[in-house]
Amino acid sequence: MLDDPSVALTILVLALFVGFEVISKVPPLLHTPLMSGSNAISGITVVGAILAAGAEELTLSTVLGFVAVVVATINVVGGFLVTNRMLAMFKPRRKQS
Amino acid sequence: MNAQLIQIAYLAAASLFILGLHNLGSPKTAIRGNTMAAVGMAIAIIATLLTEGVVDYPVILAGIVVGSGLGAVLALRIHMTSMPQMVALLNGFGGLASVLVAGAELLSYIRRDAVPEGTVPVAIGLGNLIGGVTFSGSAIAFLKLQEMMSGAPITFPLQKLLNAVLALVCAGLCVGLAMEPTNLLYFEILAGLSLLLGILLVIPIGGADMPVVISLLNSYSGLAACATGFVLGNSGLVISGSLVGASGIILTKIMCDAMNRSLLNVLFAAVGTDGGGGGGAAAGDQGTAKGYTPEDAAVIFNNARSVIIVPGYGMAVAQAQHAVRELADLLEKKGITVKYAIHPVAGRMPGHMNVLLAEADVPYERLIEMDEINPEFPQTDVALVIGANDVVNPQARTEKGSPIYGMPILDVDRATHVFVLKRSMNPGFAGVQNPLFFNDNTMMIFGDAKGTVMKLVEAVKELS
Repeated sequence: MLDDPSVALTILVLALFVGFEVISKVPPLLHTPLMSGSNAISGITVVGAILAAGAEELTLSTVLGFVAVVVATINVVGGFLVTNRMLAMFKPRRKQS
Repeated sequence: MNAQLIQIAYLAAASLFILGLHNLGSPKTAIRGNTMAAVGMAIAIIATLLTEGVVDYPVILAGIVVGSGLGAVLALRIHMTSMPQMVALLNGFGGLASVLVAGAELLSYIRRDAVPEGTVPVAIGLGNLIGGVTFSGSAIAFLKLQEMMSGAPITFPLQKLLNAVLALVCAGLCVGLAMEPTNLLYFEILAGLSLLLGILLVIPIGGADMPVVISLLNSYSGLAACATGFVLGNSGLVISGSLVGASGIILTKIMCDAMNRSLLNVLFAAVGTDGGGGGGAAAGDQGTAKGYTPEDAAVIFNNARSVIIVPGYGMAVAQAQHAVRELADLLEKKGITVKYAIHPVAGRMPGHMNVLLAEADVPYERLIEMDEINPEFPQTDVALVIGANDVVNPQARTEKGSPIYGMPILDVDRATHVFVLKRSMNPGFAGVQNPLFFNDNTMMIFGDAKGTVMKLVEAVKELS
């Protein structure tokens, strides 16, 4: 776990650099799928939601966790599916028949 | 499961996200990239389910089933023209999840009589703030895009001052939470104010500036996930969140550059009209635009060798992409080359036009970026502008006083003939008149874009 804030900050900054590097190579053609796909990735909050919802006893905190699981899963499933649906439409030129 | 194994699973997930985004860089590998990212997500979720302390499986599974169902229905039923709304909605859900997780964590600390330490209280505050702004801001963006509220900027006196004060109070509450981490009242007020701030930040932004807003909210949703990572001390979340944050920042910058405006100008200048009023009078001294029929146009198309189609938001509104593809097919059968010129901010989100034309089965090699296609206009016989306005306005090159001066545009006016399909002479979102419409080589065809293109198809068919 990230008990040391400087370690977490190091990871954050390095990940930002990786993000800039990888994403600046995506052509404008694919900017919409990039958005919906990266959006689905931001649904990783579902991890926190599961941890909050899964605690033993039922409290306000598990209720909030449950709602968070629902909305984060919409984000994840909706995001990946709609990205897939969009990308399936991008086709190269067909061979002249 | 062993805590270290779980961390390694998160690392695997983060690596798959990076590889997935890398593969999204080419249309040939993009589907694979999306699948890799989805597999990464599945690994992260399974690892979390196996974490010690996660015991209440029925509740979690119920949440996952309900969320998956709703997400799948949304994803499979949404129209491609509504993709900007869809992305706004998903951004909003991501933000909301961050607020809820921050709240749940704080409550759980309080219940255990524990005090969050180190960066955790700050992260709880930031997760609440960024998540809240993302959620309510996305909701407003959604309403504007869905036309459930006017796309025109909503402004009132002292708006910027109010926003600045609100932002300062929110920052103060974050500091308050850092000093008194278990003060639930601070958290609750912060939650309320961040929702209000999100609404107030997005209402003054006009419809045509939505590509910037959506990109920015996309970035926020990532940063909110990142803050959640700090709350939970989970490196997987920190990495994934910052990837998305970086992606949103890059897209925001590309969109701002494509309009030659600074981010601050887009966010606070309240540029734009509803696309309606004020057009007629300004047209006065520029001469008259010449209206033509699709039959007139068909003759010129029939004699052309090269055609460039320039789509804009009007094509999306009219759902004209399939008719456009039909016209292109017909012209190609006559041996005419057809290409599409895509301006970075055409439509309501980055890449909007590409998705619509891909939906209509246009091969992606034909969709050409602005810098690449601009040199081709002078050798092109016909430029066909469908529902685009500001992105083809030559004022951007010449009129120093114009609000769009300096914006990179598609040089359609340099083609031999220019057809502009438009509903009326109303100016575009920037509220500026377009001298292109009055040029000698420009021919206007008024009417609904889809209807006009279909008539054009019939007229071209009759000539052959």
